[in-house]
Amino acid sequence: MTADPWANLKQFTDARIGLGRSGSALPTHEVLNFALSHAMARDAVTTPIDWTPIEKGLADLGLATLRIASATHDRSEYLRRPDLGRKLSDHSREALMRTAEMENGRPDLVVVVGDGLSSMGVSANTVAYMSALLPHAVKAGWKLSPVLLADDARVALGDEAAEILGGKAVLVLIGERPGLSSPDSLGVYLTLSPRVGIKDADRNCISNIRQRGLSYEEGAFKTAWLLREAFRRGLTGVALKDESQFLLEGQKGPELLG
Amino acid sequence: MYRVHAGGTTYTFSSLKELLAKATPPRSGDVLAGVAAKSAAENVAAKMALADVPLKQFLNEVIIPYEQDDVTRLIVDTHDTAAFAPVSHMTVGEFRDWLLSEKATPQKVSALAPGLTPEMVAAVSKIMRNQDLVLGAKKAHVVTKFRDTIGLPGHMSARLQPNHPTDDKKGIAASIVDGLMYGSGDAVIGINPASDNITAITDLLVMMDDVIRRFEIPTQSCVLTHVTTTIDAIAKGAPVDLVFQSIGGTEGVNDSFGVKLSHLKEGRDAALSLKRGTVGDNCMYFETGQGSALSADAHHGCDQQTLETRAYAVARQFKPLLVNTVVGFIGPEYLYNGKEIIRAGLEDHFCGKLLGLPMGCDICYTNHAEADQDDMDILLMMLGAAGVNFIMGIPGADDIMLNYQSTSFHDALYVREALGLKRAPEFDAWLTKIGVTDPSGHLAPHRPGNPLLTHAQALAA
Repeated sequence: MTADPWANLKQFTDARIGLGRSGSALPTHEVLNFALSHAMARDAVTTPIDWTPIEKGLADLGLATLRIASATHDRSEYLRRPDLGRKLSDHSREALMRTAEMENGRPDLVVVVGDGLSSMGVSANTVAYMSALLPHAVKAGWKLSPVLLADDARVALGDEAAEILGGKAVLVLIGERPGLSSPDSLGVYLTLSPRVGIKDADRNCISNIRQRGLSYEEGAFKTAWLLREAFRRGLTGVALKDESQFLLEGQKGPELLG
Repeated sequence: MYRVHAGGTTYTFSSLKELLAKATPPRSGDVLAGVAAKSAAENVAAKMALADVPLKQFLNEVIIPYEQDDVTRLIVDTHDTAAFAPVSHMTVGEFRDWLLSEKATPQKVSALAPGLTPEMVAAVSKIMRNQDLVLGAKKAHVVTKFRDTIGLPGHMSARLQPNHPTDDKKGIAASIVDGLMYGSGDAVIGINPASDNITAITDLLVMMDDVIRRFEIPTQSCVLTHVTTTIDAIAKGAPVDLVFQSIGGTEGVNDSFGVKLSHLKEGRDAALSLKRGTVGDNCMYFETGQGSALSADAHHGCDQQTLETRAYAVARQFKPLLVNTVVGFIGPEYLYNGKEIIRAGLEDHFCGKLLGLPMGCDICYTNHAEADQDDMDILLMMLGAAGVNFIMGIPGADDIMLNYQSTSFHDALYVREALGLKRAPEFDAWLTKIGVTDPSGHLAPHRPGNPLLTHAQALAA
């Protein structure tokens, strides 16, 4: 086996660098490490979510919750039928209509938490992210609906749910497809004037929110910045660029290269 | 109306659109769209009917109305009748026979490109086996240039993809060193950014430009962000080599990406004005993938492989350096397993090449698809044999930003060793000069004077 003398660069990234080689191939232990990571990610996709600790954590933040579900029947159908994952089940649609009747005025923001493709990402990050976002929402005076906890959800499920509740914007927190080195990543999608059939180009996305990725504070700061700008300019999507600068100010330092 | 008798049954197909869809080898996305053949026998009957359709019929019958779709208008308005003439008398089946015959020399096949429509090419691919897709594509040579020469016969390049989940510059720099030390990066050093923040994107562009200039690397860089963001970056003085955009095969899917054909022209003009290429001026980088139109609800009842091929009609208007079909990224609802991903990768490469495009392939899958690295080995080998212009090089095949698995720097070495494929000549000469490779192109023992190793030590210090 030929070792890589730059393997100490691994301190800067989770990427699989400095692996060494056996001829043109990966060394044995790296082939097997990769296979194990893949096996674990496959298992993560199929593990059902447990909402109970998330409900409790959100309740501790003073947030009410409501469980909803998409129109899919099981995990296998969820994977093959994204159209059903974007639609509410009849039962959930009726529940949301009852909630809308009881609510006093339109919410500024509807927050939907969907299991997506990584229940681990949702379980690990939802409460901490919401805890970081809440002070921004309080400061801005945004009225929040109950947080909707959605089984077998795609991002667009939030559009129908928020439309029923009359939300001015919808924020969908969803488990991102697991990577080998990051099975626990949360994505956040922001859409102004949510309604059934809106295009993905009309959303803004912040991805890789997790302990070893984008921090909860940075993710919440970006979300709040985008929300303020969305309300001010009346749009989300490709026309709204993230110019929050927050990340960069935290990272100023000597040029790394050149 | 198209009709065929097969196995004691008469099958009818009401339109070319329906015939193309039902003749497509099975895949989950066409089932999801409700356009797939209802039985295995109907699938083969549709292939038989399609084989008898004259190529000229594709000029008379469009699958999405001219008035409704700017991609259809582009296809119809730019069709080159003179280039089409050598095959204009053939049926789809006869075209397959001709393509695979000794008469179809690389020169003749390459000259056809402007005379072929995406639907003609998609049609012939549907009646081909995987091995036909390999040999057919191998005849279509497409060479492009910016700072090096990509796509020469017997050569294969690799995109160095050093993504990092938070765009951390030191993390990205570490992956760039790793990739270069393994001999990857001659197609492009291309980052998928986590952020679309213009300042962050400009910083990444400056960083890659510094590396390329400091080590005099004959390659180009790209940050794969929306074309409008790149246009803004150019206006603010950023060092942009290649303009990136995801594209699809209908006006609706391009709308869903927030892109108009006019944006692509504007982006190309802006990049050309910088005159940063040294050996050529192909300055666009497009990515595509089967299923995007259905995903955007803009498929008009067409099958996903035909629509993918229509995306290449968009690409070829802008003389790209690289076109990359990101074949397994979209997920199991479009391509369910390794078999479907392998088939789609071979189809996309063949169809793009026949239409005159510098096709590469992101040989990849996600963790919710029924596929693994063994499936990727098969597709990689077959695309290498088919003459693919470039593949991805990702540390350990694991993209920690986009959360999917592709091909690694090691995989590129594997296919080079198995098939004797060389890197872009300018890049190969550079690797030998700095001591990464020996003159035969194989990795050399690590040499202390290698400036990349010195750089790696400085980074870690």
